[in-house]
Amino acid sequence: MRRFDYYRAISVDEAIALLNEHGEGGMLLSGGTDLLVQIKEAGLAPAYVVGLSGIDELRELRSNGDGLHIGAGVLMHEVASDGTVQAQYSALCDGAGVVGSRQTRNMATVGGNVCNAAPSADTGPPLSVLDATVHVAGGGGTREVAIDDFWTGPGRTVLDSEVVTHITVPAPPANAGSFYERHTPRQIMDIAAVGTAVYVELDGDGNCSQARIALGAVAPTVVRAPAAEAALSGGPITAARAAEAGRAAAGEATPISDQRGSAEFRTHLVEVMTTRSILHAAERAQG
Amino acid sequence: MAKQIFTLNVNGRDHEVYTEPNQSLLEVVRDELRLTGAKEGCGTGDCGACTVLVDGRIVTSCLVLAPDAAGREITTIEGLADGEKLHPMQQAFIDHGSVQCGFCIPGMILSSVALLEENPAPTRDEIRRGIAGNLCRCTGYRKIVEAIESVAGS
Ligand SMILES: Cc1cc2nc3c(=O)[nH]c(=O)nc-3n(C[C@H](O)[C@H](O)[C@H](O)COP(=O)(O)OP(=O)(O)OC[C@H]3O[C@@H](n4cnc5c(N)ncnc54)[C@H](O)[C@@H]3O)c2cc1C
Ligand code: FES
Ligand code: FES
Repeated sequence: MRRFDYYRAISVDEAIALLNEHGEGGMLLSGGTDLLVQIKEAGLAPAYVVGLSGIDELRELRSNGDGLHIGAGVLMHEVASDGTVQAQYSALCDGAGVVGSRQTRNMATVGGNVCNAAPSADTGPPLSVLDATVHVAGGGGTREVAIDDFWTGPGRTVLDSEVVTHITVPAPPANAGSFYERHTPRQIMDIAAVGTAVYVELDGDGNCSQARIALGAVAPTVVRAPAAEAALSGGPITAARAAEAGRAAAGEATPISDQRGSAEFRTHLVEVMTTRSILHAAERAQG
Repeated sequence: MAKQIFTLNVNGRDHEVYTEPNQSLLEVVRDELRLTGAKEGCGTGDCGACTVLVDGRIVTSCLVLAPDAAGREITTIEGLADGEKLHPMQQAFIDHGSVQCGFCIPGMILSSVALLEENPAPTRDEIRRGIAGNLCRCTGYRKIVEAIESVAGS
């Protein structure tokens, strides 16, 4: 492997201090499943690397009536196998559960997935529709960033020599449901050609009182689909209204063509998968 | 960066290693500890030939920095047998003719053992998904799946 200096931090404060001490060009390492691949394959040459895997406070996964706290270092397998996440934050469980192989899920962290800022990241659309907040710590203190404002481009975030400490998700009400699915050319061990996440809340009459829809891999970042959300809100979730929202979502996607599919194919997938994800999320909301 | 000394617990024994801290666990296990069961196929997490157990869970050791594995319990294929007595999964792979060139097999066996720890009675589909992170270029997987099924059923 390309040589680099490596410092293991044992606290968030120490990680920030190491970044400040060693200056420009340092990178943070959590599970390493993106960063080490980029160093080995993509020619990434960090001036030095700060390891986060020894920081206990980043490993906390807990929930209460207010919501879910996911430490940045929590592993995909821990999220996917957590009973509360499965029941209440289902889209996140769907996303974490399809990342890579069992080996990958034993190493890959949620924080790394979010910070790597791939538009295809499988926890991206779920965290977006679940209205997550990213908690960041740096030399100047701490700040909170709404997940939809966190990504600024492919591989780019608002972080500036900062560490993501955790992600919080507000507890959804009982009449809510969420769902994520992705399409991959290969069944397993592939990256999403399209990902669709949907969150819905139903009122007492079964009408959709709140809808959030997010799309993966069809824009420079994970994006919300506001026209589709508007099309779905305020009425019952029928097959026809779901299909209408699906068409609206397809109009909001701006995919490129690559080896995982042409722009045209991806746009078609957005329509079909958004429609289907809406119906699955509604089923869970009733469930 | 200067070499560092740290302790790795591999197959129940502590080993002091002295390497650059950007070495992968795979590099240290193979080149320093001379445990060459784990293989480097891709080096990027895709093939599973480098699979080892860390605290009982499978990881691709090509994407673990060795210092990050200090203080954890590492098991390689060399640590699976009980003295001369093979682990039931190793024996099943032999009995079912699951091995051809053998390159994928150390990782495949460790993934299979860990799979049954997590899910003692997997369906055939769960087995196939459970070894999806371990590529085999030779066997077509069928006899591997049969070997795992035989251990799960016994
Ligand atoms: C074989 C394989 C299959 C994969 N399959 C999928 C898949 O199906 N879906 C998918 O979405 N991804 C997949 N990935 C990509 C990767 O596993 C995920 O993105 C993973 O969640 C990254 O987490 P990590 O902890 O390994 O990140 P790392 O590689 O450690 O870090 C990723 C990036 O985030 C930064 N970072 C990490 N933690 C923090 C923090 N706390 N604060 C600030 N910055 C931080 C790092 O500096 C780096 O830039 C796959 C990777 C491999 C090797
Ligand atoms: S060598 Fe590690 S996964 Fe291929
Ligand atoms: S036996 Fe040759 S790669 Fe599996």
